[in-house]
Amino acid sequence: MTTALLFATGAILILAVLALVYRIITLVGIAKGDQKKKVTTSNKINAALFPIVLVVGSGLIMWSFNDAKQFFLPEAASIHGKETDHLFWITMGIVFTAFALTHLLLFTFPFLFQFSEKRKADFNPHNDTLEIAWTAVPAIVMAVLVIFGWRAWADITAPATEDAIQVELMGKQFAWEIRYPGKDLKLGRYDVANIDNTNSMGVDYDDVNAQDDFTAREIYLPVGREVELKIRAIDVIHSVFLPHFRVKMDAVPGMPTRFKFTPTITTAEMRQKTNNPKFNYELACTEVCGYGHFGMRKLVKVVTQEEYDEWLMKQKPWLEKNPDYLSQWEAKKAKTASVAKSH
Amino acid sequence: MSSVALDVENKDVHSHDDHEHHGNFITNYVFSFDHKVIAKQYLISGIFWAIIGGGLSLLFRIQLGFPEANLEWLRPILGDWITESGKMDTTFYLAAVTMHGTIMVFFVLTAGLSGTFSNFLIPLQIGARDMASGFMNMLSYWLFFVASVIMFISLFASTGPASGGWVIYPPLSALPQAVSGSGIGMTLWLVSMVFFIASSLLGSINYISTVINLRTAGMSFAKMPLTIWSFFITAIIGTLSFPVLFAAALLLVFDRSFGTSFYLSDIYIQGELLEHSGGSPILFQHLFWFLGHPEVYIVLLPALGLTSEVISTNSRKPIFGYRAMIGSMLGIAFLSFIVWAHHMFVSGMNPFLGTIFMFLTLIIAVPSAVKAFNYITTLFRGNIIFTPAMLFSIGLVSLFISGGVTGIILGNSALDIQLHDTYFVVAHFHLVMGSAAFFGMMAGVYHWYPKMFGRMMNSAMGYVHFWLTFIGAYMVFFPMHYIGIAGFPRRYYSFTNFDAFSTFTDLNTFISIAAILTVTAQFIFVFNFFWSMFRGRLAPLNPWNSTTLEWTTPRKPGHGNWPGALPIVYRWPYDYSKPDAEKDGFTDFIPQNVPLAKTEHSNTPEEKILVELDEKFEQLGEEREKNPFI
Repeated sequence: MTTALLFATGAILILAVLALVYRIITLVGIAKGDQKKKVTTSNKINAALFPIVLVVGSGLIMWSFNDAKQFFLPEAASIHGKETDHLFWITMGIVFTAFALTHLLLFTFPFLFQFSEKRKADFNPHNDTLEIAWTAVPAIVMAVLVIFGWRAWADITAPATEDAIQVELMGKQFAWEIRYPGKDLKLGRYDVANIDNTNSMGVDYDDVNAQDDFTAREIYLPVGREVELKIRAIDVIHSVFLPHFRVKMDAVPGMPTRFKFTPTITTAEMRQKTNNPKFNYELACTEVCGYGHFGMRKLVKVVTQEEYDEWLMKQKPWLEKNPDYLSQWEAKKAKTASVAKSH
Repeated sequence: MSSVALDVENKDVHSHDDHEHHGNFITNYVFSFDHKVIAKQYLISGIFWAIIGGGLSLLFRIQLGFPEANLEWLRPILGDWITESGKMDTTFYLAAVTMHGTIMVFFVLTAGLSGTFSNFLIPLQIGARDMASGFMNMLSYWLFFVASVIMFISLFASTGPASGGWVIYPPLSALPQAVSGSGIGMTLWLVSMVFFIASSLLGSINYISTVINLRTAGMSFAKMPLTIWSFFITAIIGTLSFPVLFAAALLLVFDRSFGTSFYLSDIYIQGELLEHSGGSPILFQHLFWFLGHPEVYIVLLPALGLTSEVISTNSRKPIFGYRAMIGSMLGIAFLSFIVWAHHMFVSGMNPFLGTIFMFLTLIIAVPSAVKAFNYITTLFRGNIIFTPAMLFSIGLVSLFISGGVTGIILGNSALDIQLHDTYFVVAHFHLVMGSAAFFGMMAGVYHWYPKMFGRMMNSAMGYVHFWLTFIGAYMVFFPMHYIGIAGFPRRYYSFTNFDAFSTFTDLNTFISIAAILTVTAQFIFVFNFFWSMFRGRLAPLNPWNSTTLEWTTPRKPGHGNWPGALPIVYRWPYDYSKPDAEKDGFTDFIPQNVPLAKTEHSNTPEEKILVELDEKFEQLGEEREKNPFI
């Protein structure tokens, strides 16, 4: 109640002040005879403010960029990421130049060509040469950018090589699940219909390839080896985002997606480079998926090939860790079969 | 001069065409057929929605800028959306983001902008008595009103309004068990949008038929102001793209309520396997963005049209490259339909499609650049008068460029991988579409206010409003680029869960403070707008010395707009500072309704030929009258 009263009083006060200001400005204007003039002093002030904003703004942009740089992501830790970063900063340079030049004109012209009784504006409605020039120049620049973009995009989206490590990432509200193919290097089939309390990824254990698949709590990757992420989701759309590797791909229920990349810097090396002993590569979700969207985090560990092999040795197939599950699975299968028969 | 003629016309305000005083309050101000009244209804609804939409943005900016703060003081407004520990509910955060987007894109920048200015200016600037169908126009507004009421009610649903983002991607938007906002809130959202789309279509069809059929004598397409061109093109885009959103929404309604599987497949949620099978969530994204991308231009083109008019008038110069401006608008309109999938580069769609859409997307930068260059050149060697409208127009050009150039980065699919759904995108579209369109709308309100309400707005307050808003918009959206480059994802309630996103806390606080100040500054405008309606200085007939037809009407045009005969158009709308106009008795502008024959000194060589032709035609006509068998 008191807050409401406070708000109401405040609003009335502000309204009164505004009304007063309004009245004063109007009366001063009338006293000065502003209505009869084409422009008032305010024209000069506004005209001058443009170059002032330009100078101050340029300074602020440079300062803020320099200040913000320290918080940008560290160098890309993947082969394609290096390329796209490079392309990003080149493109940024081009567009920033365009931005700067146009703003130089846009903010000085108002000052230079502010109203003056003595002058009359030019009457030059069009100039075909100019129009052609400023159509052609952006067109050429765009063409060049498209070609570089195409090349990078084609490399990134090309099929993975035969010996790429396959890792399955499954998004659900609000966590990621990770599955590795076992020794056979093949991920087993899955179906959402198989999901139960134990088999949270819905892996099909009738498939021989699934027998040695194992799940992991963190994504382990050997440095320098190509990785093929097999991405899916079981409830709503999620999105795999590995900011340090410049990787992003939606996880879509009913439509598996993929992304391949090659990590180039191990976690240990990155800790040294960033001077941060606690540094970790992270996996985040970038497609809004519900109230826990901002907490879908997994760690990614990039290690040397030896460390990776060592880790791999220690991993046990999921079925081995859940020895009771197979009988449960058989029973479930038999039940569905009999239901199907009775229909 | 023409104003003398106008005063004469003013004397018979109560002539036959003027029906202002014939109806009652309801037919005049509520269910009015008059395009000017409908325009004002749209404008005031738009202002109402802008306050709601802006308020929502403050709520989530408070959360982002001050994640540790105790928000108990918001409980009187948000009730149980503030948790027991004084924090904002995470679902409510998503709802606020979603409704901010929905309200700003559709209810403010589509209905508030197109609805206001297409309605107000089309008949006045082409010399028509009213829209082609006054009834349809009335229906258009009242369907929008119904849509508004439903959307407003959805804000108060106990499970919250829609909260899956303004793009309402299924399955999130289809399954109430996925997020509570997908319950009744989403149902209301969809019902509201159905009314909104119907309203928008009725409006667009009306704008198109009015522009095609009701132009006054002499108003050829090549003599139309760029405002009308932009409204015309916008209406065509809307007519072609909104039905697709309707289809998308309808299929979503079916999936939600009738058990179909257009968008749903292989879903296991909350311990339950759903029956839906065989659908594709990507299908929805294609349908949505087939509207969603043209929608950007539905929002932006009218703003650019208004700006063209304001910049030309206040530079006292013809708009540079009138035909290039029309051409680039047509180009943008055409391309706007074939770039939609650049929103979906990482959606899992076929990468080959990505290459095509990258190519087409970068092409759209060319006509956009042409427009920007033409605006700047219009200022060159002008004689610039800084009205608040002019300031907002220059501001628009600035925001259009600064937001547009980052589109070149985002349109590149290889670069979009990293930037998609980060704050870089948020910065990009808030500058190029949000702020730019908002600035265009403000320019329009300040410029045509005298014609709408017969009074002037206070320009000193307008200047303060502009500079605060302009600097504020940059303070809010420029730093978001940095946050985006650092990889911060959109629609995150808080960033503390991730090491990578734990930097930049100060910057988020800074942005929030800037946003609060910028939104607060809008109340200067709101006050100025409503106060001037009653206490503003009486407007002169042509306060900005403009050439277009709306300034040849009485101070407060009645029903039918012109008390006497409709004006006849003889020239294009940009005869500002024409050389030798003084010798013909004009100052630095010649209105569109002045015959070429009366300005023999200032006519261009082409116009001189036209005058001769006109005379020949007149002679021919006279001869024919004398001898019909010639």
